[in-house]
Amino acid sequence: MIIVNQREKREWKEGMTVSDLFKIMGYDYSLITVMINGKYVPEDEYSFTTIPDEADVRAYHLAHGG
Amino acid sequence: MKMKNNVNQRNMNQELFARNVSGSTEILKQKTVGIAGCGGLGSNIAVALARSGVGNLILVDFDVVELSNLNRQYYFQSDVGELKALALANHLKAINPEINLIVHIQKLQPKEISKIFGDVDLLIEAFDKAESKKWLIDHWCTNYAEKTIICGSGMSGLGNTDSLQVQRAGNLIICGDQTSDISEGLSAARVAIVANMQANEALEKLLENNK
Repeated sequence: MIIVNQREKREWKEGMTVSDLFKIMGYDYSLITVMINGKYVPEDEYSFTTIPDEADVRAYHLAHGG
Repeated sequence: MKMKNNVNQRNMNQELFARNVSGSTEILKQKTVGIAGCGGLGSNIAVALARSGVGNLILVDFDVVELSNLNRQYYFQSDVGELKALALANHLKAINPEINLIVHIQKLQPKEISKIFGDVDLLIEAFDKAESKKWLIDHWCTNYAEKTIICGSGMSGLGNTDSLQVQRAGNLIICGDQTSDISEGLSAARVAIVANMQANEALEKLLENNK
């Protein structure tokens, strides 16, 4: 089991990547920034970065405006 | 503002921060904060940090003040047409004449981040475009994993104060609702709340190892 943004639980699978999680969550890649267990994951590493079981995954959405 | 003599200068500094949280002033005076963007977020953040006693700020912005900025950004009618970073520097000096400011009039590019912000204690993202927020976070978290970056995401619209949150993971702090979009319009209160959330997080970080 992994927890996304401290509230959404998702089933963990061996070899699960950040890209896999995005598909499960229905996320678009473009304006999201990802941290796994407090470590930043660059977008060009989503396809091969695996998520460990029990991971604390943060997917922060970046909105226009400032 | 001209000081009559050195004694008055010393008194001014003591009085200016007399209401600060005990023990914070001398620490904050030594700190350096980078602020990328001097719009609605950046201008309000800079003012909050200057009033709190942060001694050194690095400001970067390429834009000029427009009348339409005055509904939320820390500028005045007399600033219209002026470069934002320079107008802001004047306002910060008017609050604390002793604050040290480094001002870069330019559109920040990823390749220049290290040169401009490499020595800061922490960086505050205050861009308006989400794509710019993303590359700044990417560059910072890839190259400065040990230094905090504080970002604003989602401060558009009115009301809905309860949705404004702070999220922290690793060296990244995100303030805002992460959903509201600039197409909803921007108002002074909500932008300033998020700006001051970012400033408040910065002050906490700057002081956390000195408690």
